[in-house]
Amino acid sequence: MPENPKDQNKKPMKFLVVDDERDVEMLFRQKFRKEIRSGLIELQFAFSGQEALEHLQSTQPPDVLYIFSDINMPGMSGLELLEKVKTQFPQIQVSMISAYGDDDNYKKAIDSGAKEFFTKPIDFSTLKQEVQKMLDRKA
Amino acid sequence: MDKNLQTVTDFIQQDPNMSAGQKESVLKALKAADKELQILSFKLDRTEKVKRTTAILLEETIEELEQKRSAVEEALTELKATQNQLIQQEKLASLGQLTAGIAHEIKNPLNFVNNFSDVSLEMIDEALEELTKTSQDDHTEETIAILADIKANLAKIHEHGSRADSIVKSMLMHSRGGDGKPEPTPLNPIIKEYVNLAFHGMRAGKEAINVDIDLQLDENVGEVPLIAEDFSRVILNLCNNAFDAMRAVETQCIASLQQPHSNESNYKPKLLIRTKSNADTITIEIEDNGPGIPNEIKDKILQPFFTTKKGTQGTGLGLSITNDIIKAHGGSLDVHSQPGQTVFIIKLHP
Repeated sequence: MPENPKDQNKKPMKFLVVDDERDVEMLFRQKFRKEIRSGLIELQFAFSGQEALEHLQSTQPPDVLYIFSDINMPGMSGLELLEKVKTQFPQIQVSMISAYGDDDNYKKAIDSGAKEFFTKPIDFSTLKQEVQKMLDRKA
Repeated sequence: MDKNLQTVTDFIQQDPNMSAGQKESVLKALKAADKELQILSFKLDRTEKVKRTTAILLEETIEELEQKRSAVEEALTELKATQNQLIQQEKLASLGQLTAGIAHEIKNPLNFVNNFSDVSLEMIDEALEELTKTSQDDHTEETIAILADIKANLAKIHEHGSRADSIVKSMLMHSRGGDGKPEPTPLNPIIKEYVNLAFHGMRAGKEAINVDIDLQLDENVGEVPLIAEDFSRVILNLCNNAFDAMRAVETQCIASLQQPHSNESNYKPKLLIRTKSNADTITIEIEDNGPGIPNEIKDKILQPFFTTKKGTQGTGLGLSITNDIIKAHGGSLDVHSQPGQTVFIIKLHP
């Protein structure tokens, strides 16, 4: 962590979490409460692939730097979202979070440009490491 | 010349009343008749021979047809059995898919159970920290005690959630076809785990029996290159077969006792698992005191689709898959059986 997390010069890094289960918001907000409170990161949520895309298109260029997306969602699947984000906003990193951690899904995701692949139940310590890596890279 | 015709010829030749011309023409007719007779007799003879040959051929054909008919009948029975097993297999496959689907869907709520309990634990720690910072009084002491209890409860929720997660993981491992690579795996613990799993699975199922389980595991058996998810199936299959065999004896014992008020029998099912490590061979023995395998089917039991179980109880694939998995590990599977004892012997050469 940076020495002075409340450094006024640094804006919180924006992460977008995409999952059709709404309780994900409560869980992520609690798990990352310290990082949010100290102004290191900001979490935004979308509950479908479509909503995520609309959210990204609402600001030009999108202020989100990193997306964590579920794969199995009604409507647009996480893999479809991944492809769309990668063509429209190649600068945004996308990692998948899925209960379906089989080789097939994993390969599809990585081949389509996913940065990481996390399995459910989510191990938040590895997720936090990933967030930390992004923060370190920015700093 | 025919004997009768000869008699007639002789008689005519000696007849004084006949003119020479008449005699000549009658004798000529007789000669022609004889020739005709000879031809007829030859033809008859030939027909007779043909008839006999035909009869023999016919008999052979009938025999052959009979053989073919029973072969066809056998093939039909086999085909029907195979068809039944295919249907069964299909059902199992869809059950496997269903299981995999359910297992995945369970992971989502488990994600919340485990992570909410986990984050709540962290938050209670923070709350406790905050509380101890403020001045102590009776109220804070009471609150701290309650929070400690809640923390313990959350730890339990997390522990059991993690347990459910590992069950789901092993369910998924089994519904997935193995394309794994062998990894050095401690053999004894995996045997212990899966014998235990097989036992509890059997106990939770229909017609549970009491089984005395004896694990004689050689300490010198260390790590063995194994595809764990495949090899665990070997242990599960062999244990389940042993349980089925012993259940058959137990059922028979109870039936022969014919005492409706008591289902106590003297039969004590016992499963013995032994591991041994010799120079370059690791031996795993799975021994039961079931009925034993009759000699006439001993060489069939490893064939796919061979089963002694009725209807939907067996696919006839268990031992065949088991054998395939062991072969894929470069090992061998042998069976020693006599009435009252069956030992499956796995030899691995790591």
